[in-house]
Amino acid sequence: MGEAAARHLRTYGQIAWLWIRAAWQYPTSFVLLAVGNGLITGLDFVGLWIMFAHLRDLAGFSLHEVALLYGSASLALAVADTAIGSVERIGTYIRTGRLDQMMTKPVPLLVQVCADQFTLRRLGRLTQAAAVFGWACTYVDWTPLRVLVAVSMLVSGALVFFGLFVGFSCVQFWTTDATEIANAFTYGGATVTQYPLSIFPREVLVGLTFVIPVAFVNWYPCLYLLGRSDPFGTPDAFQFASPVAGLVTGAAALLVWRTGVRHYTSTGS
Amino acid sequence: MLHVAIATRAFRRYSTYRAATLAGIFTNSVFGIIYSYAYLALWRANPTAGGYDAQDAVTYVWLGQALLMTIALWGGGTTDDLAERIRTGDVAIDLYRPVGLVGWYLAADLGRAAYHLLTRGFGPTVIGLVVFDIALPASPVAALAFAVSLVLAVVVSFAIRFLVASTAFWLLDQSGVKVMSGAFAIFFSGMMLPLVLFPGWLGTLARALPWASYVQVPADIWLGKHTGADLAAALGFQLVWAVVLLAASQGVLRLATRKVVVQGG
Repeated sequence: MGEAAARHLRTYGQIAWLWIRAAWQYPTSFVLLAVGNGLITGLDFVGLWIMFAHLRDLAGFSLHEVALLYGSASLALAVADTAIGSVERIGTYIRTGRLDQMMTKPVPLLVQVCADQFTLRRLGRLTQAAAVFGWACTYVDWTPLRVLVAVSMLVSGALVFFGLFVGFSCVQFWTTDATEIANAFTYGGATVTQYPLSIFPREVLVGLTFVIPVAFVNWYPCLYLLGRSDPFGTPDAFQFASPVAGLVTGAAALLVWRTGVRHYTSTGS
Repeated sequence: MLHVAIATRAFRRYSTYRAATLAGIFTNSVFGIIYSYAYLALWRANPTAGGYDAQDAVTYVWLGQALLMTIALWGGGTTDDLAERIRTGDVAIDLYRPVGLVGWYLAADLGRAAYHLLTRGFGPTVIGLVVFDIALPASPVAALAFAVSLVLAVVVSFAIRFLVASTAFWLLDQSGVKVMSGAFAIFFSGMMLPLVLFPGWLGTLARALPWASYVQVPADIWLGKHTGADLAAALGFQLVWAVVLLAASQGVLRLATRKVVVQGG
């Protein structure tokens, strides 16, 4: 099992390297894509910062606390998106028949789809998110347990986003048209995590905890890192439950993926 | 007449994908809800930020979601077809045609925008109206001026996207420039945060750049922030940028054509 996983990882790396070299054939675009993506997320944070020029706090959270929420979620998203972002394009592979080609190859389909057209353009976002997170971390009163929660938060967060992206991309096995609906949950989920969830009504928080579990990406663990009590009064145990949310979301996504692939009957072209 | 025909065909081409349109309206509405709550929190803490009240702010959010696809804020639209045709070399055929390239693609993009306005624009606006009780246009004059402003917004956006697509004549691939341009568009159009909140020189700069035509100017007209001579000035601002950028598109195309000929087609 471990040996197979290592082999798949190596194959993933090889395919990814192939695509990096291919993208480098258009060097100007390559650089501009990386810078541009960093710029988009960078300006995102400038937006938050401008908001705070008009505020002392947003729903009780100061700028560096919001920065911690923003940085941690953004970092988790950037990692997940760099690793498996291509899965969003599965509809195109179905339409053009490339998925059929991939199925004939001795590498798991998910590995091939995720590594296909691998791009380093998200390096920009990764760098920017890390910088914001690093800055926000200087305000945290660190203890050994908090370090542990922070590390598990980033890993679990990436896993939750992995699950959301893979899971919702599977919509495309059933419809090749209404694919944008997935964005509401994936990018919508990512946008929600930029704000303290206390700006939303309680029902939204319940949805973000049990249905689309992005509250576990940053909200609950960050409450612990900041030593704050939950404005909604949810159990303290949730602040340590991110790994569970990550594993459940990831497993659910793999299940949906398998169902999708089994349901798939080629376009026949 | 020809350009009307091009526009109606572009309209029909985009209207083929019904399920995609519905999915898009759903997604725009989800983002509308998220931003509405964020802005409500902001304006609860500071009820007069940027000279808006809470209802202005929420209205602004939903107008932004409605305009997102209409003005093709992320890039795309018919100019993506152009960039692809430049990359493959098919643009050579377009250049043979006895019709101006800019006019051809502008007509098609206006057809596309009309479709997106009626669906992706109208849908979220209705949902914002029902769920968040957004404001309707401040007056009949404001409504009329908003319509004019919207057309100008699409033209300004088209010209910028045309210039971005034209970089493919030199770079072969527009994607890098397109992402950069999209980043500026999101920030300086007021899509991410109303430009009225931008402080000091940043605010002055943002309101002078062409991207302000995309969201901030039409939204302020809808909200009745511009009246009388001020309204004329706002529309004039958009018109000036539209003319300047279309002229630039024409000029860049002329330069590029010379290059195509030098390469031997």
